[in-house]
Amino acid sequence: MRMSLLSKIWIYFLLLVTSAFVFFPVLYAFMISFMTGPEIIQGKFFPESINFENYTKVFSRLPLMNYLLNSFIVSASVMLGQLAVCSMAAYAFVFLKFKGRDFIFFLFISTMMIPWEATMIPNVFTIRKLDWFNTYQGLTLPFFALAFGTFLLRQHFLTIPKELHEASQIAGLSRFAFFWRVVLPVSKTSLVTLGAYGFLTTWNMYLWPLLITTNQSVRTVQIGLKQLQSQEIATEWGVVMAGVIVVIIPTLLLLFLGQKQLQKGLSQGALK
Amino acid sequence: MKRVELIDVSKSYDKQVDVISNINVTIEPGEFFVLVGPSGCGKSTMLRMIAGLEEITGGTLKIGEKVANNLSPNKRDLSMVFQNYALYPHLTVQQNITFGLDVKRMKKDEQHKKAKEVAEMLGLTDYLDRKPRELSGGQRQRVALARAIVSETPICLMDEPLSNLDAKLRAHMRSEIRRIQKSLGITMIYVTHDQVEAMTMGDRIMILHEGKIQQIGKPIDIYNYPANPFVATFIGSPPMNLAKAEFHETDKQLIIGSEFKLNVPAEEIGKLPRTSMTIGVRPENLYPTTPETKEEDTFHVEVTNVEILGNETIFSFKLGKEEWMAKWGGQWHIDIGDSLPVHMEFESLSIFDEQSGELIKKTIDYGKYVSNKEVPS
Repeated sequence: MRMSLLSKIWIYFLLLVTSAFVFFPVLYAFMISFMTGPEIIQGKFFPESINFENYTKVFSRLPLMNYLLNSFIVSASVMLGQLAVCSMAAYAFVFLKFKGRDFIFFLFISTMMIPWEATMIPNVFTIRKLDWFNTYQGLTLPFFALAFGTFLLRQHFLTIPKELHEASQIAGLSRFAFFWRVVLPVSKTSLVTLGAYGFLTTWNMYLWPLLITTNQSVRTVQIGLKQLQSQEIATEWGVVMAGVIVVIIPTLLLLFLGQKQLQKGLSQGALK
Repeated sequence: MKRVELIDVSKSYDKQVDVISNINVTIEPGEFFVLVGPSGCGKSTMLRMIAGLEEITGGTLKIGEKVANNLSPNKRDLSMVFQNYALYPHLTVQQNITFGLDVKRMKKDEQHKKAKEVAEMLGLTDYLDRKPRELSGGQRQRVALARAIVSETPICLMDEPLSNLDAKLRAHMRSEIRRIQKSLGITMIYVTHDQVEAMTMGDRIMILHEGKIQQIGKPIDIYNYPANPFVATFIGSPPMNLAKAEFHETDKQLIIGSEFKLNVPAEEIGKLPRTSMTIGVRPENLYPTTPETKEEDTFHVEVTNVEILGNETIFSFKLGKEEWMAKWGGQWHIDIGDSLPVHMEFESLSIFDEQSGELIKKTIDYGKYVSNKEVPS
């Protein structure tokens, strides 16, 4: 499609304005992270000088590397766990024939209606009974079964032509081999989407780690940020924002990388 | 090469109504067997039952000498080509071809060698590193074919493999598949709804309609001697003209569609049923009149449509409620609305029983022989 120069300028102008609007909080946080206390109070947008004092402070005040590592371990294991559980569940819902399959699926999907906070108390009790406070499994395991993820993957698996399944049956592929060698590679797009979604939601999770962790051994970054804020009576916002910037870097990285994969996946042609 | 035998095979989805019933047929080793019928006649279901993708609910399926009813698809020693090719989109052509070999844990270099051989046979050598989405329809079709051939199974099943190709390519692939099948001696079971494919490719064809066998035989025999009116109209293009007819005893005449009157030779009278019947005549057996044509064998028809195809001319006319077509060789200057004399012979009629649809009288053999070929007695 060819656009006239004028409409091009207009569209780019709109894009710039809206993206500035959306990106403003992050940008402001980034600026604050370089400012000293008085500068912030004055309400300046640009720091007078770029100094990394706040960054050294945040690392000395908190075991931030430790928290980052914890967050990474927790997010990565939730991501992998979700991918494994959801893809296998979706496979069963699409390729295996059993009685009441659709009913069970809708029952499964209907759990999406129940807010996660409602099941939080029973989950906390369960984790406590299992004596999993302050453990990685306590932080990750409750999130492995994800109705949304199963739904997403099921929808993608449904688009796989049944002839592919039949052809591999004739070739002598076992059920798991078909799942591993055909279904998963063909559904790479959805797997990446779900993986990114799972990783980010876990990375940003606040309430559950707060309930499950009582010491610093497995605590995640989001709790760490909160700790920064309430440590002293007057919060040093520069330090907090420095922490925030450090924490969102992995998120942004993942988004950029994931986006590239997504585009690649989306441009993949159909079968015919 | 293996025999495939179906004994009283039937299929039912709800245990009450059979969608396929009474299938009895033996497909000989090395034979090119075509299953043909209109859509929804059960031909694909039958193929899938042979492949083991659908359960057989009644009867026995034998592959080779073994009963195969409950064998899993990969134990049946067959390969299959699907209508949409079913290529694995994430694998290259090479990997697609060797996929089955890889599953059987064949050595890598042997896989490569075989893939190369087959690719050469089908002209795919330049495309081995491409993904299926980078290929044209015809190339994908050949990859699917290569995948079936490379497995070296004695039986190959094909489910409308050419229906996604354009007409020219289809004609080319028809002879290609036929050539490969003959040179490898595979037992081929081929499903199509296209009667041209059935006629040109099959050693024998089976015509299915509503889950029942209508006729099995050599293509030319089916064309000449269709077992019932359904087969008569299904095979042949344009289809055989059909009309109700009655025999008038006093005049010794056959009254066709209550319009045409055709004299019946004395020796044929005994063979005709007393009740009403359905007669059929191929469009090419309705001739233009010549000075020698007898007046009583000539009918005057009003042309309702004309198609001039260059080497032949097809025109239609109404006979009672039926629309009939005639095919004359060469180019004829005919206009819609013209009244034409058409010549018909009793010998060329096929006569079916009105009730059972059974063929009572066959048309005479119009087959010709080239002069240096000995005529079999």
